[in-house]
Amino acid sequence: MQAPSTPSRVDPFLDQVLARHGADPFALVQILRDAQVRHGWLPPAAITYLASRLGMPRAHVEGVAGFYAFLYTEPAGRYRVLFADNIVERLAGSEALLERLCSSLWIERGKLSEDGLVSVDTTSCIGMSDQPPSLLVNARAIARLTAERIDEIAELIREQVPLDAWPAPLFAIDDNLRREDALLQSRLEPGEALRASIARGQEQPLERAGNERSWRELLPALPQGPALTLEEIKRSNLRGRGGAGFLTGLKWEACRTANGPLRHVVCNADEGEPGTFKDRVLLARHADLAIEGMTVCAYVIGASSGFLYLRGEYEYLLDSLQATLARRRAMGLLGRGIVGVAGFDFDIAIHVGAGAYVCGEESALIESLEGQRGIPRNRPPYPVTHGYRQQPTVVNNVETFCAAALIARHGGDWYRALGTAKSAGTKVLSVSGDCARPGIYEYPFGVTVRQVLEDCGAANPQAVQVSGPSGTCIGDAEFDRRLGFEDLPTAGAFTVFDATRDMFEVARNFAHFFAHESCGFCTPCRVGTTLVCNAMDKLADQKGSLHDLARIERLNRLLQASSHCGLGHTACNPVVDTLRQFRPTYERRLKSTAFEPAFDLDGALARARAMTGRDDAGAHLGAVE
Amino acid sequence: MNAFSPRATFQLDGVDVPFDPGDTVMQAALAAGHYIPHLCYHREFKPHGSCKVCTVRANGQTVAACTLPAQAALAVECVTPELEENRRTLVQMLFVEGNHFCPSCEKSGNCLLQAVAYDLGVLSADLDHFFPSRPIDASHPDLWLDLNRCILCELCVRASAEVDGKHVFALSGRGMGKHLIVNAESGRLVDTDIAVADKAVDVCPVGVILRKRVGFAVPIGKRRYDVEPVSAQAKADAPPAPAAREGR
Repeated sequence: MQAPSTPSRVDPFLDQVLARHGADPFALVQILRDAQVRHGWLPPAAITYLASRLGMPRAHVEGVAGFYAFLYTEPAGRYRVLFADNIVERLAGSEALLERLCSSLWIERGKLSEDGLVSVDTTSCIGMSDQPPSLLVNARAIARLTAERIDEIAELIREQVPLDAWPAPLFAIDDNLRREDALLQSRLEPGEALRASIARGQEQPLERAGNERSWRELLPALPQGPALTLEEIKRSNLRGRGGAGFLTGLKWEACRTANGPLRHVVCNADEGEPGTFKDRVLLARHADLAIEGMTVCAYVIGASSGFLYLRGEYEYLLDSLQATLARRRAMGLLGRGIVGVAGFDFDIAIHVGAGAYVCGEESALIESLEGQRGIPRNRPPYPVTHGYRQQPTVVNNVETFCAAALIARHGGDWYRALGTAKSAGTKVLSVSGDCARPGIYEYPFGVTVRQVLEDCGAANPQAVQVSGPSGTCIGDAEFDRRLGFEDLPTAGAFTVFDATRDMFEVARNFAHFFAHESCGFCTPCRVGTTLVCNAMDKLADQKGSLHDLARIERLNRLLQASSHCGLGHTACNPVVDTLRQFRPTYERRLKSTAFEPAFDLDGALARARAMTGRDDAGAHLGAVE
Repeated sequence: MNAFSPRATFQLDGVDVPFDPGDTVMQAALAAGHYIPHLCYHREFKPHGSCKVCTVRANGQTVAACTLPAQAALAVECVTPELEENRRTLVQMLFVEGNHFCPSCEKSGNCLLQAVAYDLGVLSADLDHFFPSRPIDASHPDLWLDLNRCILCELCVRASAEVDGKHVFALSGRGMGKHLIVNAESGRLVDTDIAVADKAVDVCPVGVILRKRVGFAVPIGKRRYDVEPVSAQAKADAPPAPAAREGR
């Protein structure tokens, strides 16, 4: 291999960035994020420098930088404004506000201003659907946008006021807690669940514990705590809250019994599903509970390292999360000998994402943690045996860890009594869209859609997108269905559309979302999501035909059958669901019921007409029938 | 394992296919002279399953044959009307995603994409073309890159890293923006350490990485897939004996 040439000039700033992360290639995404702070983008020379210092091929570093939406390989300005482009934001008027900001700053959307000061563009949902419209400026969120706020932002940018000096109220984010149940009402003292887990092992007779192998059992001070706590998690029937609903106890057990000297606990706080924001509020108000759940998991499976994968859109939570971790270290709840138990060593590092929905998929998340492009892995093997650094790893959602902490404290029977037979416990919902009181609602599983609609003050609802675009869109005939794994499974997003909304436009927005977020690894998802977008745009232009509707159905079957991961499997859901439930909104857009080409033959002759100076009827195809 | 014990087998469209422990369905099938359509798979490199053309049905699930571990008594369906239709659409997707003009392409007849398409009976692109704007890099004195024809199979990425030990190629961007890049700050091939004899040059299944001045040395009509369709060549491609198989 060609030895990377060492740049002659030393760059102290980049060396400092590298040192902060131990010049570890596994930390590449974090290194690139930090390196970008200097110029607001990653100049080619910086990529070359980092690659040589890390001993990696330059093309690899560039490839990683090119994958993430918030890493820029071209100048993007000192102020990088990104409007959230989720449908809820659009319905709240985000497009008009984007135009207002652009015209106020005299710039074109998506293009850097000539003086290199500012760029304005869109991004996917930033987790502020309860307070739209919203935007990110250099990764800091501003919500509840109004024309006045936009004018204020334009002025601050024109005056080149540093972000730290912008008025603090601009950055205020509401929690909008509307309904609390077992989880959100809990007021666990830090360490309470951990102490309960350890005490369980000391109180229970030894023969009650399982016999599976784990090095934890070799420690005299905690004879059976991990095994008995695992039993409680299993007895609780807790299922993963990220959407797939895998039994948490089984996942922990599989990781606990997997071979490997080191194990890892990863908290997936990369909630990118349009319309969801529950993890934002959980991490803002219940960070201790989530971290306690991670620590309980470490205790059960024998893990020594943990990661909290925080989506880049929530970077504003980073300082308070770091403070929580520091406080817990000082309390002996993280670090070496946790709660005084010799050998119970575990600590957590925060990894900040860089704008990639697909990293919510657990194996893509692990790739990202390892400093790679966020491409989902081939499975099996699964992360429980071959996860971070190919070592046994548990990846769970924020809410799952919160629930696990409560179960460790109160027991599996207590938790299983909540909710329904197949869906134990409660679910935190992110309610947004056309309702009087958007925000966070926690219910025991089994609640009807209708109940949630009543509670949030939805007047005249037409449809609800349950669990975001990758979930299910239901119409009013189905409002008596219940949220839960036996009927309507949900990761939490609950987006309401009233009767004035055009569900075709909702589906079109979601189609664009999937095309934007496809990682591009496999052919069907990479090309198929864009084909669906193009078909939807063609319909929106009133140029569609029945042929296009049939093609969408055909693409859906292909993506389901051959995509590499869940993103492709579910990418057509919103279109197919709305086609099924709201077909008239599609049909009234059809130009004819037969085939219509996407290519405009007559339009293609415009240049020839211009060149020949002809524009009579004979120079148009339409006239030659 | 006892050398005299019979090898385990799985069923491919009803035919018994023997395999060794660790084989994928694709490896075992090709070794036994059975063709499964594929583009990003190459027997010398670790499969990654991105093109999905080799998708088969096994245990009631559709799954890429190149990454599916062979198991005794597994029933694999490969040639069914539904799977063949899916393969045709996947190949058509690759055609409309890039700019593929077979009649003027010097790889015509040696191109795996073209060969697989003919073999599957793809008669037109059917889907709407994207007509992307993609650059040509002719900076290198002996090689040139025509990214219009790239199908993102990553074979050059793998070959350059694993065989040539150079890392000349990588992928950047994502989704429809995913594209091949070269290992140079200038972004130009001439500034990399690629060599004409590199495996990465040979391995390109389509007309992206090309040697200059030899484009039509072999005339159209006498090229590899002009002689025999790709499926018929599968047997010839099969390694002589299982023990001699290279790579994973």
